[in-house]
Amino acid sequence: MITRYRNIIVDLVCRVISPFILLFGLYVVIFGHYSPGGGFQGGTIIAAGVILLRLSLGKQQTSKKFPPKLAPILGAIGLLIYGGTGLAALLSGGMYLDYAHLPIPGISVAEKRYLGILFVEIGVALGVFGVLVSIFDSLTGERQ
Amino acid sequence: MKWLALIIVLLFGALLLYAEEDLPRYGDPEAPANLHVSPYYIEKSLEETDTPNIVTAVLADYRGYDTFGETTVIFTAGVVCILLLMKEKPDDN
Repeated sequence: MITRYRNIIVDLVCRVISPFILLFGLYVVIFGHYSPGGGFQGGTIIAAGVILLRLSLGKQQTSKKFPPKLAPILGAIGLLIYGGTGLAALLSGGMYLDYAHLPIPGISVAEKRYLGILFVEIGVALGVFGVLVSIFDSLTGERQ
Repeated sequence: MKWLALIIVLLFGALLLYAEEDLPRYGDPEAPANLHVSPYYIEKSLEETDTPNIVTAVLADYRGYDTFGETTVIFTAGVVCILLLMKEKPDDN
């Protein structure tokens, strides 16, 4: 906790709520095809869950669960997933980011584009999540 | 000088109000913005991308380059924050 004294109510509520926040973030990312949401919103919600834990339980405890060094790496991996999806379409004969040419055998063009959108959303979510958590960590003085 | 600035602002406001007459009405189906690619997205996005949410289909598929740029901007902002705010190790010369 950031205040001087530990507050058991705040601790417990944050511990109970944060898994649901993380799960809801995943839901928002995965169901971006059907409902309002997508990579940016879901990544922000997942980052909010981790930041809530960082705020309530302190840095020592949560750094073991989610090391601060991991956040920028995850952000870079998310951006690479996005670029890699586009590059995979480019290398298999289409234009850059043209998901209709993704090298996945056995499914129709519309389903390929569906999957391409899903990959891209996951990449965006990872990128936003990593960037937000690493901004929080660097603002609160976590050594990278 | 102050009065000159006020007059310029008022004249510019009058010009904007005069130009506003020619803008299409809000939500007008005949407006140029609603006639270019929007009907294509609304009619074809479910069939072409299998995605019921048109916003997601436009954001990630038809406008994929734009979203890639946005993600790059966010990542760059994060890297710059880390570079500016990172604390140096105390035993680092």
